[in-house]
Amino acid sequence: MPAITFIHPDGKSDHIETSDGESAMQAATRHGLDGILAECGGNAMCATCHVYVDEAWLARLPALADDEDALLEGTATERLPNSRLSCQIMITPALDGLVLRLPERQV
Amino acid sequence: MSASGSSVSAGDAAVPHLDVDPFAMNFFADPYPTHELLREAGPVVYLDKWNVYGVARYAEVHAVLNDPATFCSSRGVGLSDFKKETPWRPPSLILEADPPAHTRTRAVLSKVLSPTVMKQVRDRFAAAAEERVDALLEKRSFDAITDLAEAYPLSIFPDALGLKPEGREHLIPYASLVFNAFGPPNQLRQDAIARSAPHQAYVTEQCQRENLAPGGFGACIHARVDDGEISATEAPLLVRSLLSAGLDTTVNGIGAAVYCLARFPDQWQRLRDDLTLARNAFEEAVRFESPVQTFFRTTTREVELSGARIGEGEKVLMFLAAANRDPRRWDKPDNYDIARRSSGHVGFGSGIHMCVGQLVARLEGEVMLTALAKRIARIEITGEPKRRFNNTLRGLDSLPVTITPA
Ligand code: HEM
Ligand code: FES
Repeated sequence: MPAITFIHPDGKSDHIETSDGESAMQAATRHGLDGILAECGGNAMCATCHVYVDEAWLARLPALADDEDALLEGTATERLPNSRLSCQIMITPALDGLVLRLPERQV
Repeated sequence: MSASGSSVSAGDAAVPHLDVDPFAMNFFADPYPTHELLREAGPVVYLDKWNVYGVARYAEVHAVLNDPATFCSSRGVGLSDFKKETPWRPPSLILEADPPAHTRTRAVLSKVLSPTVMKQVRDRFAAAAEERVDALLEKRSFDAITDLAEAYPLSIFPDALGLKPEGREHLIPYASLVFNAFGPPNQLRQDAIARSAPHQAYVTEQCQRENLAPGGFGACIHARVDDGEISATEAPLLVRSLLSAGLDTTVNGIGAAVYCLARFPDQWQRLRDDLTLARNAFEEAVRFESPVQTFFRTTTREVELSGARIGEGEKVLMFLAAANRDPRRWDKPDNYDIARRSSGHVGFGSGIHMCVGQLVARLEGEVMLTALAKRIARIEITGEPKRRFNNTLRGLDSLPVTITPA
């Protein structure tokens, strides 16, 4: 199974195994990771699963959908060009090793 | 009430049979010991009283909610199996639907109740909450259910939908009918359906395009007909979903939050010290009290769930409230803690059917709790709270309180 890395604002990192067909958000919450709130459970309604994607990986992610784009306007910390919603990032074998940085706050 | 744990048939040897009735009055009066019994009996149980499987642990409730292909909604999310019985009303196009039909209608309601729309209604909802608190401060002693938990959503939600002023007294009785009807054919369900005709007539009428004010949630749903996203016959039924699920749920949600904060003064003080906790204080009340206690699914095939074999066409009852206090998932589950990481609770469901009105509910809860905590120093319960009985909803009928201004 692909594994991904979350880097916390203080620089600590968590390397976690994902399960089949999971989103990055689901993998994070299943491991009880601090820093991903996911209030809406992945229904693209809350923007509390905001992450900054490591530049090296950005181009390898599927394009931003309209609803995700609109939601990113309402994130608690500043939206940057590499901002994504982790619930919309489905982990595939091609994303093995993906690096995501967590924002200071989700609300 | 007993857990026999006996093997009844070879196929489901691992599944304990319980003679618990989770739709009986004595259960509603104090469900917690039975929730524990259900959780501890096993990951999957069988309830002989209604011939259904039950799941009460967090892991299994979450698993069932997140496997809609196996545990479907289109055969009804109540006890009645739509494949065998005629539904009491035309089925919901969202709640009682499976993908791909569900995907299309869900997209419409998600847009109508989106974060962008919430930004537009936020100031109005917050102002109404302040006004409600003004009125309560005048009274000092009042019923926190009628005068607060009901009065506040009634002052904003029907207007937000775009309903006419006349006939709104049908709204709460209609919702209570809908939620009773998910239950088994007990007295609560039979009585509710027997008295349903005038409420159904009102709701059917109000869902029509010409009866919904421009700019409201209802009119926004009908506008999707013009884009070709839904048909003209589907639109009224989607409006009906908001009428069914959008009012009584928040009445019980806000009632739950006020009841918690009145019972646990240390948490009230914490909220007063930090108003940014208001949203989570509401969320935690939804976990702690679970205003929506249960929903069913129906199996589309034979399936193994945590070692239990369940055949095709079986009803599975999910105890959302029991999952929300499962000690396997929650630290000190019976404590109301407004700073807890409550997200992940199943009080709004989980997966593709997770409450599409959750942002409306959270907005109402957040602005109401903020308005209360800003202006009120203490809330004291001054009389015996009375419970309201419903097959699906949990909440109070009355909660006499006295408040002290800040
Ligand atoms: C505290 C308040 C509320 C609670 C506890 C609550 C609870 C729930 C739950 C548990 C579900 C999942 C049903 C399932 O999985 O079968 C659900 C779905 C739904 N809720 Fe809510 N709800 C609340 C407020 C609202 C509001 C305010 C609205 C409308 C504005 C609403 C509209 C709906 C609809 C239409 C569905 C069906 C969604 C679907 O099937 O995709 N709810 N709600
Ligand atoms: S979990 Fe809500 S938008 Fe991602």
